[in-house]
Amino acid sequence: MKGRYSAFALLREGVRGHTGWRPAWRSPEPKPRYDAVIVGGGGHGLAAAYYLARNHGITDVAVVEKGWLGGGNTGRNTSTIRSNYFYPESVALYDFSLKLYEGLSRALNYNVMFSQRGVLTVAHSPAEMEIAARTVNAMQLNGTDAELLDREAVLAKAPLLNTADAARFPVFGGTWQGRAGVARHDAVAWGYARAADALGVDILQGCEVTGFVVENGRCAGVETSRGTIRAGAVGLATAGHSSVMAEKAGFSLPIRSYSLQAMVSEPVKPCLDTVVLYPGTGTYLFQSDKGEIVFGGGIDRTPSYAQRGNPPMQQAVVSGLLEMFPAFGQLKLMRQWAGVVDVVPDSSPIIGPSPLSGLYLDCGWGTGGFKAIPAGGWLLAHLIATGEHHAISRPFDLDRFAAGRLIDEAAGSGIAH
Amino acid sequence: MQLFSCPFCGPRDETEFLFGAEAGKRRPEPAAEVSARAWGEHLHFAGNPKGPAREIWLHLTCGEFFAMERDTVSHAVSATRALRGGGQ
Repeated sequence: MKGRYSAFALLREGVRGHTGWRPAWRSPEPKPRYDAVIVGGGGHGLAAAYYLARNHGITDVAVVEKGWLGGGNTGRNTSTIRSNYFYPESVALYDFSLKLYEGLSRALNYNVMFSQRGVLTVAHSPAEMEIAARTVNAMQLNGTDAELLDREAVLAKAPLLNTADAARFPVFGGTWQGRAGVARHDAVAWGYARAADALGVDILQGCEVTGFVVENGRCAGVETSRGTIRAGAVGLATAGHSSVMAEKAGFSLPIRSYSLQAMVSEPVKPCLDTVVLYPGTGTYLFQSDKGEIVFGGGIDRTPSYAQRGNPPMQQAVVSGLLEMFPAFGQLKLMRQWAGVVDVVPDSSPIIGPSPLSGLYLDCGWGTGGFKAIPAGGWLLAHLIATGEHHAISRPFDLDRFAAGRLIDEAAGSGIAH
Repeated sequence: MQLFSCPFCGPRDETEFLFGAEAGKRRPEPAAEVSARAWGEHLHFAGNPKGPAREIWLHLTCGEFFAMERDTVSHAVSATRALRGGGQ
């Protein structure tokens, strides 16, 4: 990798006045043909390109992005990484991703600032504690870490939680996944982009896919705003716009696009060192390294491609925050934004061949795609390179909707759909 | 806060409404001849259009379903009409 990042490089450049840093990736002109083309330059697409090169030795790869790297949901999410799902298939998938995240900074030679500060999901009643115990048991049986906490243990982890007798959603106990955490979302996109570029992948920004080249019933490339690019295989990693891409390819998907919004407060001194989710309010939050309270909640109730949130959900999310942490009522709201998420009826992703031969899907991550970037990329690369499912991605094939074998993670998704 | 116009109640707050489905979707019949794939597609698949869309919505407060034409990018509503008399 040209210009490997290290403490020594930082020292050397400090002495040189930082004149020796080079761009982290090239901006090449599109070639007329690649072995593989990935549509979508977010985390999933860039990770797929990187793993095609690293795991399968396929380096003649282009990532085609209509905007800029990580400008979609990769740069809009609240960066939580966890594997506290219920079904074995889901834990296998998300824990695989979590394990890849644990070694990612070293693998990419790029600090993605993965901070394993734990995720705390609060239970508000004895009945919810029974469900929490069931979830913890399921997670432990599925081989990931989970603990059941009582009220005192929850309040020890988040002392500012609402302890008033009049609390609408009292703290009764909760579940804890200590290996979960947050990472710097831009760094994940940039780290994969830099590492993929170093292995020979072409990253084509400002290059919009306008159609697919179909020959003999097979996808043979993409039509783009910068010309036709032929490909041996094409991967689709376009999140909220997957239905738009699918229509161009001649099929539809079990996806509905919604806006999911998030907000940050002004920065304050450290006061919260875990990620907290309240099922009662649907609001979740953590404190960023800069000190801002980063928080969000459920999706907007109106199907939308608008990339902006509607006021009713914003109000619900802020109300939820103040129910959980009354002290945060003093904070000013700094920014609010939204991304377009691809929601699937069973709140589980779609990974596998599409109805068009030669075109592979990595979509349907809904509100939780960031945590799955390494796994999604790894599995899409496996599909493109071998034409076959990886054992982890097999249950998430599109065929589950005809078979009725849904993996309903409506609760595991953690966000109201 | 956006206002949607219920054909029966007039303009009301968006929080009173629930999205139902895309308009024009018909249950495949007869049931005995519907393949698992066709049934799965009827239940779960969607056009999910970007831009102009025709949708079925429910006004929760009066309990009536109706058709709404709106844009999924600008959120502008161009028409709402009752389903009775060929609302599909």
